[in-house]
Amino acid sequence: MTGSRFASGGLIDRKKPITFQYDGMRVQGFAGDTIASALMASGHQIVGRSFKYHRPRGINSAGPEESGALFTVGDNANRTPNVKGTIAEIHDGLIVRSQNAFPNVRYDVGAVNGLIAPFLTAGFYYKTFVGPFSGTRFWMMFEYFIRKAAGLGVASRDADPATYDIAHHHCDILVVGAGPSGLWTAVQLAEAGQSVMLVEQDFACGGQLLSRNNARDAAFIAEMQSRLTRAGGRIMVRTTAFGLYDGLVTGLVERVTDHLSAPHESLPREIFHIVRPQQIVLASGALERGLAFGNNDRPGVMLAHAVARYAGRFGVSAGQSCIMATSHDGTYDDALQLAEAGMQICVLDARPCHTDAQEAAKRVGLDILFETVPVQVAGGRGVAGLEVGMCDSDGVVHSDNRMIGADVVGMSGGYSPVVNLLSHRGVKPVWDADIQAFRTGPTTEAIQVVGSADGFYDNEACLASADVAVSHILRPRRRDAETDIFRGWQTPAMPLFEINIQGRSLKSFIDPQHDVTTADIRQAHSEGFVSVEHMKRYTTLGMATDQGRMGNILGLATMAEARNMPIAESGITTFRPPFTPVSIGVLAGRSSGADWWPTRRTPMHDTHLSAGAAMMDAGYWKRAWYYPQNGETMDDAYIREAAIVRQTVGMVDVSTLGKIAIQGPDATEFLNQIYINAFAKLPVGKARYGIMLRDDGHVMDDGTTWRLSDDEYFMTTTTAQAGPVMLFLEELLQTRMTNLEVHVSSVSDYWAGIAVAGPLARQVLTGALPALDWSNDAFPFMGVQSAELNLGGAVIPFRAARISFSGERAWEIYVPADFGNVVWAHLAEHVALAGGSPYGMEALGTLRIEKGHVTGAELDGRVTLEDAGFARMASKTKPYIGSVLRKRPGLMDEARPSLVGIFPKDRSKQFGTGAILCEPGAVSGFGKGWITAVTHSPAFGHWIGLGFVSGGYDAWHDKTVMIADPVRGVTIEGEIVSPHMFDPEGGRQNG
Amino acid sequence: MLRLDCPVCGLRDHDEFTYLEDGSITYPKLTNENQDDWFDAVYLRENPRGRHVEKWHHTFGCRTVLLVERDTLTHVIGKIKPAHPKIAAALKQPATAKKRS
Repeated sequence: MTGSRFASGGLIDRKKPITFQYDGMRVQGFAGDTIASALMASGHQIVGRSFKYHRPRGINSAGPEESGALFTVGDNANRTPNVKGTIAEIHDGLIVRSQNAFPNVRYDVGAVNGLIAPFLTAGFYYKTFVGPFSGTRFWMMFEYFIRKAAGLGVASRDADPATYDIAHHHCDILVVGAGPSGLWTAVQLAEAGQSVMLVEQDFACGGQLLSRNNARDAAFIAEMQSRLTRAGGRIMVRTTAFGLYDGLVTGLVERVTDHLSAPHESLPREIFHIVRPQQIVLASGALERGLAFGNNDRPGVMLAHAVARYAGRFGVSAGQSCIMATSHDGTYDDALQLAEAGMQICVLDARPCHTDAQEAAKRVGLDILFETVPVQVAGGRGVAGLEVGMCDSDGVVHSDNRMIGADVVGMSGGYSPVVNLLSHRGVKPVWDADIQAFRTGPTTEAIQVVGSADGFYDNEACLASADVAVSHILRPRRRDAETDIFRGWQTPAMPLFEINIQGRSLKSFIDPQHDVTTADIRQAHSEGFVSVEHMKRYTTLGMATDQGRMGNILGLATMAEARNMPIAESGITTFRPPFTPVSIGVLAGRSSGADWWPTRRTPMHDTHLSAGAAMMDAGYWKRAWYYPQNGETMDDAYIREAAIVRQTVGMVDVSTLGKIAIQGPDATEFLNQIYINAFAKLPVGKARYGIMLRDDGHVMDDGTTWRLSDDEYFMTTTTAQAGPVMLFLEELLQTRMTNLEVHVSSVSDYWAGIAVAGPLARQVLTGALPALDWSNDAFPFMGVQSAELNLGGAVIPFRAARISFSGERAWEIYVPADFGNVVWAHLAEHVALAGGSPYGMEALGTLRIEKGHVTGAELDGRVTLEDAGFARMASKTKPYIGSVLRKRPGLMDEARPSLVGIFPKDRSKQFGTGAILCEPGAVSGFGKGWITAVTHSPAFGHWIGLGFVSGGYDAWHDKTVMIADPVRGVTIEGEIVSPHMFDPEGGRQNG
Repeated sequence: MLRLDCPVCGLRDHDEFTYLEDGSITYPKLTNENQDDWFDAVYLRENPRGRHVEKWHHTFGCRTVLLVERDTLTHVIGKIKPAHPKIAAALKQPATAKKRS
């Protein structure tokens, strides 16, 4: 086959030539061409190599079912592999490369795989798992060579530079497919006042009508488009409905820029449209299927209608002389069209001559051989001729064969409705013997299937089926008697899938991309993989990038025949989204890079940045990590900051803590039920440290809760648990504690929080916030007070509680978020005057580790009150969430790891978080415990840590523990100390 | 994507909601100290084929906890009502039952 361009005709713009690069060669096409049509017009015949045997592959279709013409498009980071050349449009400067071949598709050394084909049959890959070679070493060797030899295009390893977007839509009706049925349905519904979206994966509307390129069809398409637009409908081309989901939610991908040579920089490459329609009309059309005969994978063997489509739509002649092998009437229109265009046509019809279409074609002089089927293609790199034979009604060749000369073979075994989208909804396709194809089964959802997607092949029947759907949608109550429109063609297709010839084994491909032949299917059958789902995985039929569009039915039919049962019984595999491949980038939309997840900034974020803070991620939050001075390292900076807090005073941003307002007459009772410790007697103006459990008895969160008035509390949670705690409280109040009159609201974002800690904290606050008396008597430990700060005329309300995470004399000050920056700056001045400084998360960690205060590193969801050393806080007189299940025997086991402090025996040694704790001489397995946090303590002058160890301090205080860090390759000796390492009596915070 | 018709906010995508748990569970009273009763409520779940009552929280909406009937086989959503009986009753009042969608 050598394709060429007809002198005229086609829906291409011959005044707009386009030049692109194919394997380094310059190829010219026209506006309106796909990569495939332009390559065919330029005489390129071998455009790919198959997956396994590296057999030459040509263009075999004109749509998304393509399994031969796959290319890698674009360069470097913009490279996209496995692009179907039958869909992708060309533009100036486009770079196209063939794939899966070395050095190129026209001469490929990988083709030697064909010589060992007998060993690469169905299930070869799985057989390498078991004998005759045992052990993974052999399998790994096979794996290596298979990976090397088999494959398609290679994705870029660079980050995708393209931008993508996500759009959301609501409409009354979503129509999928803009062929005649889809256009007709959409127009009628839009003109009846429905809001309609019509999506078409092609770049032009018209579907099958585009293949004919006659004036009447063109006028119909133009009229439908203009009427739909006038009626307010929206037409989206280059848009594929790739998945149908619950609630009729449909995923579309629109290809926005791939067809443009110089797209505007503001355009996203693709848009992921999420549509929520009230009703869906599937006008997704039907796909032609081929026939299984010898060497039917040779370049030049194509679907019959594709030959006509290249001629009609693109003005491309696939070759000089074309044999059209068929089993139904539908091919005659194609054959007549091609003959009229000047190609030499010979039709092989497997049926005897008895239909009107056959008679009509005969009358106009078309060359037809009845009861004749293709047997085997001659030629290695293309079609040199076709061996044909006379057959009986089962497709079994029974008489002498002969060769016919041709350079193109069009084949057609009928049309299969595209049932994929309803299959996504779990609707099993059902076999319709009349049309010899699977149709969609019944659905209770508001989805109508029209046109050839429902097995109507004749144009008038398609439009009539659209009328029925329109009537169902507009007048749902008036259920018209099922209109009896004939499906398929007037004469049903002959069930012909594979041509068999006694005594000869033909290489008959059903999945040309994955090199699956009918022999593989029979092998799968003989080896017991008879269920269609097993067969699919064993042979890899339908697992290539065309997802079985090319040959699925042929495979199913072959298996049904081998099992001696009708296709209806052997069944069909399940189609799952996406319909065609979807780039990962478009699913992410704009959520990539820095926008991968939300960024939360505290009200003082900018102030930290201008103070030179190094920032760290804590969940979604950006938090000040440390404030390096004069080129300090992180270790230098945090050790200095922590030391300053112990010596003078420091301040830290604690705005990220969760803050929940708890209000209502039963607020106290509520807190009493959710916290393990008693809140009933907490007086107004006092705070209490509380711990809450989950129902299963494990620690959920800790924090302080401040009593602001009789019926109002201010709860703080840890940063990480702010959301879950809020949700849990709401759930309790709305489900299990509905008798309580309590309202909870998250006020986390309304308050900026600043902790001021250190021996000079009182002095700083007295100077900075003079409205309050900060003396020990007036403001004792756990006291809560509210007042105002008059700052240059602005009156700023604030709340303060004397609580300490650092173990120093400390207060937490909360001001409305918008005042966070000015109050921080105001306090920072006073802190600096006292010789103090701000401190970051790293120093905060040091101070709390020295004190043995726990955070999420310790309260990891697996920890009980006993484990964390809180058991004595638990009330014995009241029930609370988790109070029953926390006492399960397993959770009360004394041998459970519990919280301890850890010192290195040699005080100069360093150790790391995540190390395991073992007995000397038994450094193995999971050990006896683990380390959750370490820091270099300025108070002790050496490294210290917190962790959990079986039996806790009591079991270990006089023993040596091995701190084993297999990841870092370090094991040192340590000693277990009380977790309250620094100032265990609390004199510093209480004074 | 499941779409849930929130009695307060109207029909919304499921990603506005948080699935909480099986809605048919009755938790023991806090004063019940029987470990088996609590164990049943916290850990043991039916896995029905068909109708299932679930608890969902309209996290990015009204923050109401809802009891949602869902068919585990077909994903068809049935009745949806607030878990809190007083909220459910209040929404039934004509004056407050106005639905925004």
